[in-house]
Amino acid sequence: MNPCFALVDCNNFYASCETLFRPDLRGRPIVVLSNNDGCVVARSKEAKALGIKMGVPAFELKQLFEDGALLAYSSNYALYADISARVMTTLEMLAPAVEVYSIDEAFLDLTGVSHCTALERFGHSVRQTILQNIGITVCVGMAPTKTLSKLANHAAKKWHKAGGVVDLTDKTRQRKLMALLPVGEVWGIGSKLSARLNKLGIHTVLDLADASPSFIKQQCSVVESRIVAELNGESCLALEQVAPTKKQIISSRAFGERITSKEMMHEAIAEYISRACQKLRKEKQQAKQLTVFIRTSPFSDRQRDQYYANSITTALTHPSADTRDFLSVATKLLDKIWKDGYRYAKAGVMLADFYDEGVYQVDLFEPAPPAYQSKALMTVIDTINAKSGRKVWFASQGASQAWSMKRAMLSPQYTTKWTDLPVAK
Amino acid sequence: MSVEILGQAELNQPTFIPLYGDLISAGFPSPAQDYVEQTLDLNELCIRHPAATFLVRVSGDSMKDKGILDGDVLVVDRSVNAVHGSVIVAALNREFTVKELCLKPVKQLLAHNKTYQPIPLTERDEFEVFGVVVSVVRKMVY
Repeated sequence: MNPCFALVDCNNFYASCETLFRPDLRGRPIVVLSNNDGCVVARSKEAKALGIKMGVPAFELKQLFEDGALLAYSSNYALYADISARVMTTLEMLAPAVEVYSIDEAFLDLTGVSHCTALERFGHSVRQTILQNIGITVCVGMAPTKTLSKLANHAAKKWHKAGGVVDLTDKTRQRKLMALLPVGEVWGIGSKLSARLNKLGIHTVLDLADASPSFIKQQCSVVESRIVAELNGESCLALEQVAPTKKQIISSRAFGERITSKEMMHEAIAEYISRACQKLRKEKQQAKQLTVFIRTSPFSDRQRDQYYANSITTALTHPSADTRDFLSVATKLLDKIWKDGYRYAKAGVMLADFYDEGVYQVDLFEPAPPAYQSKALMTVIDTINAKSGRKVWFASQGASQAWSMKRAMLSPQYTTKWTDLPVAK
Repeated sequence: MSVEILGQAELNQPTFIPLYGDLISAGFPSPAQDYVEQTLDLNELCIRHPAATFLVRVSGDSMKDKGILDGDVLVVDRSVNAVHGSVIVAALNREFTVKELCLKPVKQLLAHNKTYQPIPLTERDEFEVFGVVVSVVRKMVY
């Protein structure tokens, strides 16, 4: 049976989540700001029409905010994650197999579906169901390969006559579309690579599709030659339903206020360690390597704020998932890289070198791993924190957390907090 | 965009309450004590389509004669089609409202409280059904 894939992508996802429970905001220009309200990470259709670009620093838009011409929201990840989970669950009910690709995108395996129903009709029913059940508008692109389905989705977004659904199984339609799009629109072709391809005389997606795979393999790599095959309708990338095991866990944020005292920095690092370790345990992994990094703002005035950035990595004697092990090491690492007199803007930790629980072989000359009741204790802490929303913490995390993220324009957590439910009169 | 999915809303995580099939007997331990027949989940009673179900708080008394009071939590299922007679949450002129949908003889929204007039729905109104109210939750004690 010929393979068939669909890419389902939510339109202006973050902005759409913000308006879902605010009918008064429909049709108004909205932007969502990054952590710490730094810059624009999402825009509503109307904000795009105003010419607001992605990544613009919030302070540049201050006048528009003050005039009420543009509304800003802090990133409300609890809300977006809940709405995303609803979209994904609904897709799972509609399609035989689903790969959640990002918070607002999923690939569906539709192989065989065309035998039961016209693909375009299926696409419209997916779109209609998500819109009715959740209130989020999606675009659906369908094609024989994942790479082509991405292009089909792009077409569904740009070409309004399609009504949000494009079936790109037809060869001539594929070539027509590919001739119109610059090569940088292809999934997996970044800006650097597309500049390189331009130099090789490859400008449109069709140029790339018609290039010989061996030439591309020689000029780029096997990954790109696979893209060429995919553009020609030969499916090389299968649906990835099991998320690959993570290679590292990073917990890092920009601070709400600059940090100048070591005690505060220590608290922040401890908080990141505790979050990263919790994630590590959730993945049923143990890590052996810990990196701690701190830096001042690269954007601030050099005269006033000297720039300093440093990171340090060390390996534990045994892989561990015990927060306490990492906390004690992190304290020593921070001592080594901390310098007084700087105004720190960001810090973080990274866990790496992962082992499945119980897989690690102890070396003959290594000291035996400590035998305290680590797992039981960590399980209790995680359970309590999951149930009651972060109540048990390590003393080093600090109780007040003055450094934590600035989210001044956060919308209510409409779907995940009892006190924040939307109100109907 | 790279974001970790935090998991489903608490709404979707079932809470199990054991239902015992026997009365409690004081004194001799009952041999039936170990037989918990079934666990009942309130979500199962109120929610049929978790991914399409949203909770909405009621403000005001316009629906009091329908048993919907100020402060109640409405279980709203968006996957259910609104028909004549459905109690719905709708966005009417940029505000959420809970009313009964009336399609015959004319399209209007009905309050269930004598002091409220029916709201006719005209072409000029911005009207969109948010979802159909499938249950009402009211706490009596806590």
